[in-house]
Amino acid sequence: MSSIVTPLVDRRLVRAHLVAAFVFFFIALFAGMLYSLQLGRMYPFPGVELLSAGRIRMIHTNAVAYGFLLNGFIAALYWIVPRLTGKQVLSRTLSWVVFWAWQLIVATAAGGIVLGYAQAVEWGETPTFVDPFVLAGAALLIANVGTPILRIATRKLYVTLWYFSAMMVWLPLTYAMGNFVPQYFVPGAGGAAVTGLYIHDLVGLTITPLGWGMMYYFVPIILKRPVWSHTLSLVGFWGLAFFYPLNGVHHFFYSPIPMYAQYGAVMSTMAVEIVVFTVIVNFFMTLRGQTGLLRSNLPLRWFYTGMVLYFTTCLQCAFQTTLTLQKIIHFSDWVVGHAHLVMFGVFSFWILGMIEYLWPKLTGAAWYSRKLSVAAYWMCTFGVVVMFFDLLVAGVVQGYLWKNLAPWEQSLVTSMPFWHVRTVAGTVILAAIMLFAYNMWMTARRKGAAAEDGALSSITAPETEPQTAGAPVTASSALAGS
Amino acid sequence: MEKLPVILLAAGIGCFALAGVVTGYLPLAHLSRIEVKKLEEIVTEPSYEFTDLSRRYPEAFKKHYGEPTVENYRRALRLGRDVYIAEACWHCHSQYVRPVSSEDRRFGKVSYAAEYMNEMFLPHLFGTRRVGPDLIREAGRHGNDWHVAHFYEPTMVVPTSVMPRYTWFFDGDQPNEKGLAMVTYMQWLGSWATPEAIAREEASRAKAE
Repeated sequence: MSSIVTPLVDRRLVRAHLVAAFVFFFIALFAGMLYSLQLGRMYPFPGVELLSAGRIRMIHTNAVAYGFLLNGFIAALYWIVPRLTGKQVLSRTLSWVVFWAWQLIVATAAGGIVLGYAQAVEWGETPTFVDPFVLAGAALLIANVGTPILRIATRKLYVTLWYFSAMMVWLPLTYAMGNFVPQYFVPGAGGAAVTGLYIHDLVGLTITPLGWGMMYYFVPIILKRPVWSHTLSLVGFWGLAFFYPLNGVHHFFYSPIPMYAQYGAVMSTMAVEIVVFTVIVNFFMTLRGQTGLLRSNLPLRWFYTGMVLYFTTCLQCAFQTTLTLQKIIHFSDWVVGHAHLVMFGVFSFWILGMIEYLWPKLTGAAWYSRKLSVAAYWMCTFGVVVMFFDLLVAGVVQGYLWKNLAPWEQSLVTSMPFWHVRTVAGTVILAAIMLFAYNMWMTARRKGAAAEDGALSSITAPETEPQTAGAPVTASSALAGS
Repeated sequence: MEKLPVILLAAGIGCFALAGVVTGYLPLAHLSRIEVKKLEEIVTEPSYEFTDLSRRYPEAFKKHYGEPTVENYRRALRLGRDVYIAEACWHCHSQYVRPVSSEDRRFGKVSYAAEYMNEMFLPHLFGTRRVGPDLIREAGRHGNDWHVAHFYEPTMVVPTSVMPRYTWFFDGDQPNEKGLAMVTYMQWLGSWATPEAIAREEASRAKAE
């Protein structure tokens, strides 16, 4: 295959990752739904070992992190990196090997968890025998997507690539540390300190850089203007790199982890909030004068809603990480609400926004229904905001009941209405994602027959939007020149 | 600041390593002054509850564990810990008592680093959420029968419980190997820090002085 007829981006691959992401998204949402039914004492499969609520909860979190979010972000990597570098990924065959390997890994992890081989690491419940394969899969992915960046290593890189390339170092280090150190080497409080690092770094040094890297790429393209301030981009990236990993211990406040590490975690968590503020300012200044687009442009709407929720969740974090609030809210549903706002309200929103933008380009057909897209957006927003506030209040109530030495059962009885509301909010989200998937399906089908006929042309056809692809390059070279 | 080598080395490796040292290595080095013990060193005789299980469920106990010896007790503890992990009990039950929020009055002695420095807390099971109560001071809080009933159908003993049923811990109406292990493990958690254990330790220390 000569380079003249090979397009920069393998669209079928990007599409495949997005479809896989959605398959795991449904698994994750159903698992979350089941677990919330357990808390509402309405579990449909009581006493069934392989569908035990405890195991299903791990399917929920792992399918979200590794199945949905990472598949979505991998699609973003394959779409963005070749465009920003002007180079292809290392190998198309390898891309497909990584694709199938990754799905197999996530499916095996889910199977292992259901069969009772889970590991006792939060966000890393992947059975210990799957861990080396996760690392191998990540290494192949990094080799594949990292090569084009390596090929332009002497140039100044665009912001997106700072985040992506740093992530390629952080992901394997984080995963190896979190899954091996507390499991095999360090017991007790020391292991907990490392677990805290892992929980935090997986979100902060893998998901977050991927998410922001994506934002720095798509937002300027859609707005057709460069990011407002290059300096703030630098502050945002280096601030994240420096402060974010120092936060880990804040997952185990008031535990037997030495207190100086806990104080350090408080301070650095607050520092992260300042960094986040600079990034948010940068993006909202980029939007200045064009806020009307939030109404007409759905991808942009998903992105900026996600950013508002990101700011909310980080601001919340700066408060909840104080030792004062920790007395009440630690161990409660407050933190669960926080986690849902981050993982769904921010990063899932960004991936959904990206799909909203990419899907017509990937299928070659306009969206089947804009009404469905809009409905999905509002239902997701409604669902996650209701769930967030519901769990927030539940957390405070639980915290005070515990502190006031009410019988433990009282905290369950009082939580029940909150848990029911959460189930309803979750149902709305599930319905929204069903609408979204139906819309994707119908859009793909619209073009279906034509695309099958033109299998050859889809390989040979040049990229259809060189103009848009050119935008961030110009932005980056403009920035690099400044 | 915008070139690949700087990003990979300074942000990728440098910042990660700094955090690893400050929030990982320093606490680890600090805690490593406490010796990490094997189960054989901290458990030298079968617990009362383990022996009690052999009397309450003689057939099941005989079949799965034989005699209530210390070796079998350790085997039950290790299996109990593994089942606790497989069922992800730690997602709804924490294993540390904080020095705030009246927790010492609800659960017992505030957790301290040394009690976790043994193989049973590799991996640690601190947990981050409490749907149910903390379990690190669970030993002796309920009887064996309570635990058996509770695993089979939690609402039989706690009507408002939201805990799942663990019917696969049972063969018919008798606890099986997993069930006996789980009860044994529950009755071990914090057995070194019950009020009686603390009183015993203080008495022996006073005698030594």
